[in-house]
Amino acid sequence: MINNLISSFSSNAPLWLLMSTGVVVGVSAGFIGTFLILRRMALSGDALTHVALPGMGLALLLGLNAFWGAWAFLILAALGIWWIKRKTHLYLETLTGIFFTFSLALGILIIPKIDLLEALFGDIENLTVFNSYLAIFLGVTAIIILTIYRKRLMLLTISEDLAKTININASRLDLLFLILLGVIVALGVHVTGTLLMGALVIIPAASAQNIARSFSGYCFWSIVFGALSIIFALPIAHFFKLAPGPIVVLSAALFFIISLMPYRFRR
Amino acid sequence: MNTMEQSNSQKILKVKNLTVAFDDNVVIDNLNFEVEKGEMLSVIGPNGSGKTVLVRALLGLAGFTGSVEWKKDIKIGYVPQHFFVESDTPLTVEEFFKFKTSKHAQIHKALEQVGWQGSTNPEHFEHHLKSHLLNQQLGKLSGGQLQRILIAWSLIDNPDVLLYDEPTSGIDAGAEETIYSTLLNLKDKYEMTIIFVSHELSIVYNYATKVLCLNKEKFCYGEPEDILGAENLSKLYGEKMKFYSHQHLQNNFYDK
Repeated sequence: MINNLISSFSSNAPLWLLMSTGVVVGVSAGFIGTFLILRRMALSGDALTHVALPGMGLALLLGLNAFWGAWAFLILAALGIWWIKRKTHLYLETLTGIFFTFSLALGILIIPKIDLLEALFGDIENLTVFNSYLAIFLGVTAIIILTIYRKRLMLLTISEDLAKTININASRLDLLFLILLGVIVALGVHVTGTLLMGALVIIPAASAQNIARSFSGYCFWSIVFGALSIIFALPIAHFFKLAPGPIVVLSAALFFIISLMPYRFRR
Repeated sequence: MNTMEQSNSQKILKVKNLTVAFDDNVVIDNLNFEVEKGEMLSVIGPNGSGKTVLVRALLGLAGFTGSVEWKKDIKIGYVPQHFFVESDTPLTVEEFFKFKTSKHAQIHKALEQVGWQGSTNPEHFEHHLKSHLLNQQLGKLSGGQLQRILIAWSLIDNPDVLLYDEPTSGIDAGAEETIYSTLLNLKDKYEMTIIFVSHELSIVYNYATKVLCLNKEKFCYGEPEDILGAENLSKLYGEKMKFYSHQHLQNNFYDK
């Protein structure tokens, strides 16, 4: 019986479960992307995804689930960024450029060749039932926390001084934001792989910014574009036997182009 | 209650031996002053004299040595010098207020306090406010409008004291007059104490009840009529400084 349970958890997830996992990842990526863009952290967020690679490599070398390595390294990186921001005057962009590309190089070296393509570009169809449920659980938790803290995060984004006047602990909220970013980016490792996850975080929010004037509209559209990118892409990838990661990013980019249309009419 | 206690209870802020330094660079050196209830204190001084740093120290946002002693249970509103949102930032004025309160009545009261006058018909006012102000994007407001919104935002929790740190640019003279008559109204009508940083000496002359001029250490403190004399100003800003009460010359003065 226990063996049955274990084997059912480690078997490949059915399509409906894959789709649900994908949508949760798309929604959480779209949501957190809104803050990433307004904080002018789009590229740092993208580069952060690369940190997952050496973690996955290390986990594979130790015979563990590669995704645990991704979680551990991304959360360590989030803590690292937070510490550097608080304690030094170094520019985040420069550090990002150095440290995260270093991670990419290291990751490529230590990940076995056979697993490299999957780590870089993801392969949602190989996801186990257990990993699916874990991803859904973590994604939904991240979405709930973002919903609770969204106003405080937005105020902190536009003015740290004003945030402090209503007793928002800026440094603690920054840390929460970075950890959520790390968790959500790690989820994307399943769907788009580490190289393309940055796109799933940035593109839906960028599309939403083209059409939204209010903060609520901005969050709403970013979540919708994040979810639609997945809903649109996974069946296409499945039926045409294509890698899902690139198709997800291509469909997100398609929605970005559509979101530019009202811009033209406004002129 | 005897008179001594009464006069003590009017003191809202006592600053003693306040010193602020960043890595060996002393910005404020051993400053002492007091503020009484209902005063409109202006902090003036040349660029880099520590005006903004002083405000931040009073709020506990900047580290300092010495003591900053506010009256017990006092509530402080703050409008920072630097507040910038891109014009395409997806955020409406109403959403900005809702970061602080979910009650419409509070938002309306704060907007009335800064002079968004309703017409006699309250329903019409509601509609007017919604379509012309609350649904606007925060980043699309003019400099003067944004300042009044920021003041209204700081008024939401009914502060006893307002710290207003004037921005160095982006506001024309007319809008500036509006802002300061708004602050004066808050002092007169709502008995608030106002501490403001200003770069326009004519504003200080017309609105302040007390003036504190800074240049690392306190150079002068007192009534505007006494403080804004040529001798003090040249000491504060350097040689050849003179305050012209003539309105048109104020910009020439400051450009030096």
